[in-house]
Amino acid sequence: MEKKYGVYICKGCGIGESVDVQKMIDETASATRLPKENFKSHDALCSPEGIAMINADIKNDGINALNIVACSQRSKVEEFDFPGCVMARSNIRELVAWSMPAMEESTQINARDYAIMGVIKIQKGDLPEPGILENLNRTILVIGGGMTGLSAALEAARAGYEVALVEKEAQLGGWGAKIFKSSPMSYPFEGLIDSPVHARIKDVQAESRIKVYTGTTIQKIDGQPGLYDVTLNTPGGEETIKAGAVVLAAGWKPYDATKLTHLGYGLPNVVTSVEFEEMAKKGGITRPSDGKPAKKVAFIQCAGSRDPEHLPYCSHFCCSTSLKQAKYVRELGGDDALAMIFYKDIRTPGQTELFYKNMQNDPGVMLTKGDVKGVSEAGSGNLYVEAENTLLGQNVKALADLVVLAVGIVPATAGHQQYLDGLAAAGSKGDEAKAKYIEETLKPEFILNLGYKQGPEIPSMEGGFGFADSNFLCFQYETRRTGIYAAGCVRQPMTMAEAAEDAAGAAMKAAQVIEHVAKGMAVHPRAWDITFPDPMMTRCTSCKRCTEECPFGAIDEDAKGTPFYKINRCRRCGTCMGACPERIVSFKDYHVDMIGSMIKSVEVPDEGLRIIVLACENDAYAALDTVGIRRKQKLNPSVRILPVRCLGSTNLVWVADAFSRGIDGLLLLGCKFGEDYQCHFIKGSELASYRFSKVQETLNRLQLEAERCKMEQVGIDDYSRLPEIIDDFVKNVEDQLGPNPFKGF
Amino acid sequence: MAEQCILVIGGGISGLTAAIEAAEAGYDVCIVEKNPYLGGRVAQLNKYFPKLCPPVCGLEINYRRIKENAKVKFYTMAQVESVTAREGSYDVTVKVAPRYINDRCVSCDACAQACPAERQDDFNFGMSKTTAAYLPFDQAYPMRYVIDAANCKDGCMQKCKEACKYGAVELDMKPETVKINASAIVVATGWDPYDISKADNLGMGKVKNVITNMMMERLAAPNGPTAGRILRPSDGKEPKKVAFVQCAGSRDENHLSYCSYICCMASLKQTTYLKEQYPDATADIFYIDIRTPGRYEKFYWKVRDMEGVSFTKGKVARVENTEGDDVLVTLEDVLSGKKVRMAFDMVVLAAGMQSATRQNPLQLGINYTAEGMIVPSSLKPGIYAVGSSKSPVDVAKSVQDATGAALRSIQSAIKLLPAGGIR
Repeated sequence: MEKKYGVYICKGCGIGESVDVQKMIDETASATRLPKENFKSHDALCSPEGIAMINADIKNDGINALNIVACSQRSKVEEFDFPGCVMARSNIRELVAWSMPAMEESTQINARDYAIMGVIKIQKGDLPEPGILENLNRTILVIGGGMTGLSAALEAARAGYEVALVEKEAQLGGWGAKIFKSSPMSYPFEGLIDSPVHARIKDVQAESRIKVYTGTTIQKIDGQPGLYDVTLNTPGGEETIKAGAVVLAAGWKPYDATKLTHLGYGLPNVVTSVEFEEMAKKGGITRPSDGKPAKKVAFIQCAGSRDPEHLPYCSHFCCSTSLKQAKYVRELGGDDALAMIFYKDIRTPGQTELFYKNMQNDPGVMLTKGDVKGVSEAGSGNLYVEAENTLLGQNVKALADLVVLAVGIVPATAGHQQYLDGLAAAGSKGDEAKAKYIEETLKPEFILNLGYKQGPEIPSMEGGFGFADSNFLCFQYETRRTGIYAAGCVRQPMTMAEAAEDAAGAAMKAAQVIEHVAKGMAVHPRAWDITFPDPMMTRCTSCKRCTEECPFGAIDEDAKGTPFYKINRCRRCGTCMGACPERIVSFKDYHVDMIGSMIKSVEVPDEGLRIIVLACENDAYAALDTVGIRRKQKLNPSVRILPVRCLGSTNLVWVADAFSRGIDGLLLLGCKFGEDYQCHFIKGSELASYRFSKVQETLNRLQLEAERCKMEQVGIDDYSRLPEIIDDFVKNVEDQLGPNPFKGF
Repeated sequence: MAEQCILVIGGGISGLTAAIEAAEAGYDVCIVEKNPYLGGRVAQLNKYFPKLCPPVCGLEINYRRIKENAKVKFYTMAQVESVTAREGSYDVTVKVAPRYINDRCVSCDACAQACPAERQDDFNFGMSKTTAAYLPFDQAYPMRYVIDAANCKDGCMQKCKEACKYGAVELDMKPETVKINASAIVVATGWDPYDISKADNLGMGKVKNVITNMMMERLAAPNGPTAGRILRPSDGKEPKKVAFVQCAGSRDENHLSYCSYICCMASLKQTTYLKEQYPDATADIFYIDIRTPGRYEKFYWKVRDMEGVSFTKGKVARVENTEGDDVLVTLEDVLSGKKVRMAFDMVVLAAGMQSATRQNPLQLGINYTAEGMIVPSSLKPGIYAVGSSKSPVDVAKSVQDATGAALRSIQSAIKLLPAGGIR
C-alpha cells in the first residue's frame, strides 16, 4: 500500500500548556523526514470537530497512515477509529503532560520522542488482512456423555451447531445415570429428585443435530480449530470425522479407596459413597458381610479429600452427597434407622445450605464435626468409628452397622497429566532416562490424543492437581489449546447442576471459535485481531524455539523438522516473534524491526540517562496511564515507554538495538508468572523472564553490566508503586553503573 | 423501529461476560447498567481470591473487548423501566438518568477542580468524599466524569460548565428514554451487601471499629479512602489485632437463611491483606464451617498455616465497644464448650450477599425466593438469570454461568431469524 502520512497533534487536556507543540512538530518532521504540511494540531482532537478534520483529510487528501499524538492508545478508542488506515497513537497525555512538569525541556523531549516513535510505527506497519483457511468445519466434538457432555451437546445443537458426542461406555449418562436419586437442585431445596441425566439423554436422542457415538474413544485429533480431523475408535471399527471445535467433558473417577485402609476400607462393611449409591439403587441398604439391613450408618466425610497424603483439594459435592445418602438411610431403613455424619466442615455453599438445614431437622440424622482416627471391627460385622475433637465430646467411639466413605474425586485428566509431566521430567535428564521412564511406567489412558508437537493432551497446570483448568478467574475457559474447552469435573469438582451450567459456557466458547476462524480472527484475549504471524520461512534455521515456546502449541514441525504454523491455534501474543533468533516472525502491524526501529529512534543525550521501558499493554501500560490520570506522582523523564502485546514478544535483538545505540538501561514490565500467573497468554511473561535471564551473555559480549537490563512483575493496580520502581531502576543505573560506554559511538 | 439485540441488564462481571461472549459470536448486544461505569461490584474489590490478582486486570481486557467490538452497545446510569412481550421478543423501555456530562468529556478533571460541592463516595462505602463532579474511580470505563446533581449547591453547576473547555458539561441534560427490542434478556443485576446493621448484636453502625468485608476491600485498595493502608476508622490506628466474624447475616434464619458462598474465601483473602501490611498482626476467624470448596482448599491451608492466624468454631453472640475504641467480641467456642471474650483493634463482619432484585425486583413476571433471589424456572422463554441474581456465587462461577447464558440467549435470538437463518 502506498502511504500518505498524517500526524495529528492534540493540544487539549493540558498538552498545549505542557509542551511547545510547534517546536515538537518541527523536530518530529525533521527527525522523520516527513514534510511539515503532513502535521496538524487541534485544540481537542477527539471532539467531533477534530475527528471531522481528520476524516476530511482522509477523504480529500487520501491520508491513510495516521499518527494520533494525543492521549493513550487505551483512551478514546471509539473516536479514533479510521477503517482502512494504518494507525499509531503517541501517548503524550497520560505519559507526558499529566505526569511530567509543564514546559520543561525534558518534558518537551519526551513528547517529541513519542511523536517520532509513532511515525516510525506507521512507516513500518501495514494494514492487516485476515488469513482465512478453506473448508472450515462447524461441528462441535463433545468428549464425554455424562451430565456435562450431554448438556454441552444439547446447548450447542440448540444454538444451531452440529454435534458429535463421543462416550467411551456403551451407554450415555456417566455417573449421573448410576445414582439412585439426586440432591435437590432448585429452590426450596427440599426432597430428593430423579437424576436429571435421564431426561437429558432423551433430549439428546431426540435432537437431530447430535450424532451420538457410544462405546467410542478418540484415537487421534489432528489439525486446528475449524479443521480438526478426528479418528474415532468405534465398536464398528475406525471412523474419521471432521470438527471445528472440541468440548472436553471426560468427567471424573472416584479416588482409589484401597488407599484408605486407615478409614477401614477393606473391611467387609465399609463401602464407598459410590458403592453405597449402587446399593440404594438396587433397593435396599444392607451389609455386604451378611446381607442384614443396615440401620446405623456412619458417613465419613473427606475420605481422601482435604488430606495432604491423598487429595489436597476439597471434592466439593461429597457433603451434599452424604446428606442425600443419609436421607436414603432414613427413607429406606425405616423410622429406627440412623445416619451419623462425621465431617471436618459441612460444605453446602450458596442456596444448597437450605438442603442442609432441612436435613438437620431430621432427628434421625446426627451430624458432628470430628477428626476420624480410625474404623475398627466391633464383632458380628459391626464397626466402631473413633473420632476426636467432636461436638459431642473430646473422644467418641460410635458403633455402626455400615460405614460409608465419602470418597473424593479425581479428574479423568489426572492420570495422563501425571504421566506426561513425569515423561517431560525424565526427558530433561536425557534420552536414556526418558526411555527408562517409558519402559517402567504404566501408560495411562489418554483422552484427546492430539497430534500436536507439544504433546497429546491439554498441558497440566502448576498446582492444578491434574484438573484441565485454566487458572484464569475472569476467563474460565481459556486453556492452552485453542478451540478445546474443558467443562465439568475435568476442570473443577462440581455438582451436576453446576456441571450443566459449565457445559453451556464451554459450548459457547466452542461456538465462538468456529465463528472467529471463519472470519480469520483470533480468539480471546485478542478476539478482534485479524493479524497473524507471517514468518519468512526461507530464513528459518529450524531451531524449533518457536515450536517449544508457543504457549498454545500453535506450531508443529514437518517431516524435515521445519516449523509451520497451524494459524487457527494462534492467539497472536507474539511469543514466537520474541523467541526467534533469526527475527523472521512478523505481524503486519507488529514486528521486530518496527519496535527495534522505534527504540533506535530515541535520541540518546550526551548528559543524563536514557532508559527504555517495555510494558505489557494490558496491565503495566494501563497502570502507567493511571499514574497520569491520578496526577499524584511524576514519571521519571529519562524513560521512554513502549507498549508490547505481551512481554513474551520481546526479542533479544531489542536489547542489542538499545545498548548499541547508547541506551543506558532497559526495564521490562510484565505480568506475574508462576502458579498464580496473571499473564493473559499464560506463559508469555515467564518466557520473557527466562530469555532475559540469558541476556547476560549478550551483555557480557558487549562488555556491559547485566543490571542494565531488568524485568519486574507488576499488576494493573501497581500504579502507586510504579513511579518508584522506575526511579529505583534509573537511580541504580545512575549510581552503580553510570552511562552506557557505547554512548557517542 | 428500535433495533433488535440481546439485552443484558447489569454491567458487572456477569453482565459484561454474557454480553461480550454473545457479541464475539456475532450477535448485537446492549448492556443496561445503573452505575455510571461498567464493572459492578468487582471494581470495588482490591484483589480476587485465591490468586490475589487485581480485578481491574480482567475488567481492562473486557473493556478493550468492548472498545474493539461495534456489536456491544451500553448505557450507563440506566435502568429498565418496562418490558412487554411481542412475537417471541421483548419491547423494553430503558430510562437513562442525566449524567450532565456528555461524550465530549476528556476526563481532564477541570470540572472536579472547579466544583465547590461534596458528596459521600458510595464507591468507598461513604468512607471518603468526592466533589459533586467526579470520576467514579481512576480506572473506570467509560472514562468519563459525572455530576451528582443531588449534591450540587444552588447554581454551582455553572462553575463546572465554565471550567470545561470541551463543551462536555450540559446543564440541561434531561432523563432520556430508550426503546430496545430484545430477542433475549439476560438478567445480571448482581448483589448488594446485606445490611448487617439489622443484626443488633454485631455492632455495625454502633461500634466504631466494626466494618464490613466490602469496606475492608476499599481500605486495602490502592485507590481507596486510605490509599491502600488498612487503618481503623475511629482514630486511623494500625489494627494489629483483628477479628473476622463469619456468617454475619448468612446461615441465620433471622437474616439470610442461605450461605453467601464467598465470605469464607473473602475473609481468608483479607487476612492476607492484613498480614502483608502488618506481619506482626494477628487475625482471629470465628466461623461455623470453613467453606473453601474445590481447589480453594489450598488457599485455606496457606492462610491457616500463617503465623498469628487462628480459627475458632462458634457463632459470635455479641460485638461491643470497649476501652480505647477497641472492640469486644463474645462467642461460644463450640468445640471446647467455653464462652470466649476477646478484645480487638478492629472487627470485620463477613456480611452476606443478597440479590439486588430483593430491593429492586424486576417487573418481568418472575418468582422470587423468600429472600429475593430469582427462581430460574419461573423465567419466561428468552429470559435468563445469571450470577448472584439467582444464588450467591463467586466470580469464577458467575463467569461460567454468564458464558453459558450468552449461548442460551443466542438460542433465543436465532429463533427470531428468518427460516433457515441459522448463522
